[in-house]
Amino acid sequence: MEEKTILELLREQFPAGLKETSALLGDEVAVIDKEALLQIAAFLKNGPGEFTMLLDLTCVDYPGDESRFEMVYHLFSLTRNRRLRIKARLSEGDLRIASLTSLWKNANWLEREVYDLFGVHFDGHPDLRRLLMYDGFEGHPLRKDYPLRREQPLIPLKE
Amino acid sequence: MPTRIQKQARQDTMLLNMGPSHPAMHGTIRVMLELDGERILNSEVEVGYLHRGFEKTCEYRTYFNLLPYTDRLNYVSPLICNVGYVMTVEKMLGIKVPERAQYIRVLMSELSRISDHLTCLAAMAMESGAFTVFLYNMKAREFLWDVIEQTTGARMTTSYIRIGGVRADLHSGFDTALKKAVEETRLVLKDIHGLLDKNKIFLNRTRDIGVMSQEDAISFGWTGPCLRSTGVSYDVRKAHPYLVYDRLNWEVPLGERGDNFDRYMVRMKEMEQSLRIIEQAAVRLPKSSRAFITEGLAPARAIKESRRQRVRRDIALSPNLEGSEGVRYPDILASDMGLVIPPKEETYTTIEGLIDHFKFFMSGHGLRPPKGEAYFAVEGGNGELGFYIVSD
Repeated sequence: MEEKTILELLREQFPAGLKETSALLGDEVAVIDKEALLQIAAFLKNGPGEFTMLLDLTCVDYPGDESRFEMVYHLFSLTRNRRLRIKARLSEGDLRIASLTSLWKNANWLEREVYDLFGVHFDGHPDLRRLLMYDGFEGHPLRKDYPLRREQPLIPLKE
Repeated sequence: MPTRIQKQARQDTMLLNMGPSHPAMHGTIRVMLELDGERILNSEVEVGYLHRGFEKTCEYRTYFNLLPYTDRLNYVSPLICNVGYVMTVEKMLGIKVPERAQYIRVLMSELSRISDHLTCLAAMAMESGAFTVFLYNMKAREFLWDVIEQTTGARMTTSYIRIGGVRADLHSGFDTALKKAVEETRLVLKDIHGLLDKNKIFLNRTRDIGVMSQEDAISFGWTGPCLRSTGVSYDVRKAHPYLVYDRLNWEVPLGERGDNFDRYMVRMKEMEQSLRIIEQAAVRLPKSSRAFITEGLAPARAIKESRRQRVRRDIALSPNLEGSEGVRYPDILASDMGLVIPPKEETYTTIEGLIDHFKFFMSGHGLRPPKGEAYFAVEGGNGELGFYIVSD
């Protein structure tokens, strides 16, 4: 049972950083402390798990929760053919998390997207700018409290 | 505010702005280029112009409502996007899909994949000066889309794959139409091989151009034909088999150098493999247990009769898109009450069907997957197409 080993290895290596593990619907999930993200990600990439691919990096907004935002990382190991999901909670007052650009190149744009749409800051990101919206756009559209119909045209619309 | 490329620009180079609306751009995208003669030294891409806020829309829609939006994620292969989304929801709900529906999904996915690759290569060939190939590819695509249209009712925005199965059974002339499309596509592929494989101009413009190393491709998270062109054998259909892909015989074509030519070649070979899959799936497709009802009550009469008593006779509906007859549902749709749309004739003639319909469609009702989250990926036309859905 390989997948067990990876989660167990994580538990052994990072007893403090790892909060919880589960395998809901067959998806391996590790909930971690945000401070330990870079260490754990580096271990997963270079360690025995060989999670060489970052498939997706996104964020989920849980309005009303104490730690409102949840960063979600989907990793994939080509050699072991395993997917792994890592989640880390961020509170609204401290929206900072380590950047993974040093480990995966596609983290650059994905983190810019999350910065753009959720307003999470990535420490160590070389070029943290908005990716989809333009400079001067107010707010972060994918936050649940951003209204669906709010319009911010770059060139003012005619009356 | 000066952009990154403006800040980094060297003294004797030229900055050129391309797009967002440029005749040579496919889609609305802006590329700022730093040029030294014809060589691109540096570039900066702005991709936000075509972003439609799909995720934001999702927040305000029900699981069923959302299906038509997935067509628009990639309008050349909408059926694969349908399959990806629908299977993620099925994973959350734990729905088991009838085998015939699974085969139909495979058939539709592969038809879409071929049309996706054809479109990609058509544009690629046109850009490198081979306009004939563009026209040939479009011709082949039309044959495939004819088959898709006859079954799903639309060429592009199909919304055909439904949670629990598919919308309607295959139309009666499907086998013949499919056979013709496969034959025509094979001929076109042969023509393209002949036109491009040893074409000096095409080779000059693709061989060893745009080379991507294996390490970079993995680090950039490439998947699909582009990753395979660098020699990494990763195809979601093989690595995490879904539907019935593990029961069919096919191979994963690989490239060696990771240049433009390899990407062309991998796509060409993949289309051949997809044709193989289609042929096998069409043969192994379990037969439908019920024939189409040709002689039955007209819908209007059935509704009238249902006001007085339960309708016991068969009701004749248009065999595919109007309502798809309920008797054929067991073959193409899961039977879980409340998770799939009830057959139209039941909605109109029985109170249970009406309640079921109401519960499914009215706002405040509809599908409610258990709390949790799921990630599911299918092999799309351009690579792994994953959906991550969180249900609260």
